Amino acid sequence: MSEFQSWGCYPKVDQKGVSMSDRHQDLPKSDSAILPFGNGRSYGDSCLNADGVVVSTMALNRFIDFDTESGVLRCEAGVMLWEILDLVVPHGWFLQVTPGTKFVTAGGAIANDVHGKNHHLKGTFGCHVRQFELLRSDGQRLCCSAKENADYYAATIAGLGLTGMITWVELQLKRVTSPAIAMENIKYQNLDEFFSLSEESDQDWEYTMAWVDCVASGSNIGRGHFMRGNHADASVSLPPAPKLTLQVPFTPPISLINSYSLKAFNWAYYERQQDRVKSAVSHYEPFLYPLDSILDWNRIYGPKGFLQYQCAIPYDNGLAAMKDILRLIAQAGFGSFLAVLKVFGDKHSPGLMSFPMRGVTLALDFPYVESKTLPFFKQLDDVVVQTQGRIYPAKDAHMSAELFQAFYPQWRELEALRDPKINSSMWQRVTQEI
Amino acid sequence: MQTIVIFGGCSAIAEQVARIYATRGAQLFLVDRNEQRLEDIAADLKVRGAEKVEYAVLDLTQTDRFDGCLEQINKALGGVIDVALIAHGTLPDQSACEQSVDKTLLEIQINAISTIALLTKLANQLEQRGAGTLAAISSVAGDRGRQSNYVYGAAKSMMTTFLEGLRNRLAKHNVHVLTIKPGFVDTPMTASFSKGPLWAKPEDVAAGIVNAIDKKRNVAYLPWFWRYIMLIIRHIPEFVFKRMGL
Repeated sequence: MSEFQSWGCYPKVDQKGVSMSDRHQDLPKSDSAILPFGNGRSYGDSCLNADGVVVSTMALNRFIDFDTESGVLRCEAGVMLWEILDLVVPHGWFLQVTPGTKFVTAGGAIANDVHGKNHHLKGTFGCHVRQFELLRSDGQRLCCSAKENADYYAATIAGLGLTGMITWVELQLKRVTSPAIAMENIKYQNLDEFFSLSEESDQDWEYTMAWVDCVASGSNIGRGHFMRGNHADASVSLPPAPKLTLQVPFTPPISLINSYSLKAFNWAYYERQQDRVKSAVSHYEPFLYPLDSILDWNRIYGPKGFLQYQCAIPYDNGLAAMKDILRLIAQAGFGSFLAVLKVFGDKHSPGLMSFPMRGVTLALDFPYVESKTLPFFKQLDDVVVQTQGRIYPAKDAHMSAELFQAFYPQWRELEALRDPKINSSMWQRVTQEI
Repeated sequence: MQTIVIFGGCSAIAEQVARIYATRGAQLFLVDRNEQRLEDIAADLKVRGAEKVEYAVLDLTQTDRFDGCLEQINKALGGVIDVALIAHGTLPDQSACEQSVDKTLLEIQINAISTIALLTKLANQLEQRGAGTLAAISSVAGDRGRQSNYVYGAAKSMMTTFLEGLRNRLAKHNVHVLTIKPGFVDTPMTASFSKGPLWAKPEDVAAGIVNAIDKKRNVAYLPWFWRYIMLIIRHIPEFVFKRMGL
């Protein structure tokens, strides 16, 4: 088994891994297709290259320049977000946008145009990328920005690594009053309440999202905890980062997620807070990266792995669609401990194939169970199609070519700029003739 | 502020050591062959907080150029070296060495002779000042000769013995001499090996090196468990050992 797996450990493929140790080198020569590979946090097969070669960027982890006055940071593509935070936070800077894990590379964050809890205000990661260098298999190096090589700039942001290898990136950081987060946790009863909380919070709260009890049904459907936070005032001292890091030490022989553990966890998590609103000042780590304190948590799904389902639905259809989707999940008694719901804003990403849209997004994990998971996803897909939504490629391992090409009609523009030597398992799957 | 000079400054372990010193705001001087890599690493170390980073491009088998290099180092660091780390080296192809005297002697030259030449010069400077640390990356491979890599092992064992003597000489002059003995480390030097649970990451080995320098340790096995693995290996009787396929 290759050490280069996707985060969901599904599907399993045979591929060779090589490392890029120097950003001035050419891409490795290979008879089969190659694919840049960062820290392997893409859930599905967008980071896999069955029967081909993946080129690890993890050794490209040097900083190049950091202007502490303007907050412009240039670094190699394999630098991870936690390394950036460690460097810039003491200088009063922060990432404009960060996903729910800090264990992703800067290059990967661009290739998947990741989003976070502040999408409603700041858009995607790609919105804050000033420029980057793209290395093509023919040895060409393209400096890409909104002005220079703008077509490659747009195609590479959310381009799933297909246009070439990003060697270095230049990011605009944001000034923060404090890295501490002043937060509120609000226990809410149902989906309607979620939407009204989002509406009321989106102006004044930089970070918003909700954890949803995916077992709740009937009038409780969509109930959960709504979390909102802002960077605290400068006068607030930063609470210490939690010291304890747990690790799932090995992959258990079967998935620990089943309908019993699911019910018990979701109930306990929902009921853990008795008051409706709880306020606190938190270190940014547990607020932004709650799962990073459990290393290798993906192992709990057992050797067969898991799939994440993340869709976005246009705002006007959002309530109805989420009701349908959550009803299907509750009925099936199938889902995960951590289902996440968030309202996206309308800030436009420069990325050609960027996933977020003005609307609402739901993300949750499902253990891979043969003859169950994929047919169940088909039911969810039907709702997404009917409500003009779409599915996030970075998380996907199941979308059919029909669905993908309907969700992302602009894929042909990416295909035209794809590096002829680069391909992925996902791309081959979703670009089949239909 | 601390001044650090690293020979073989582009090696994976050395780069990680340099990053730790950079975040402490140290002044660094790197010596290695690859100018582009030196430039990249120097930029990175400056971003990470190093007060000053300079470098010299030098093939460390050219022992006749050490005087000039040391002059350059002393000029850059104001004549004071707090820590000198010798980290350059290669992993010889054992079977190729068995067929070639030239290859064998070249490996001894890179892994032992050049280090000894450097240590000789650095020792005198630090002895005169009566302060500082001389640290060199030897290897667990130097603890006992094995058929699979005894050319490398012999060079490292020469380095280990030399450092031991130097420590004995310099202790009364307040100069700290550290012998670093890493086990398997996942670096470009060992890229072709398949990795198992005994393999360590360069950043972890680097943290161990800096810790051993700070604490003025004499010999640091990294990670620590190698001390016990090598203790057992060293105590296997020769009449048994010679028949083993190690």
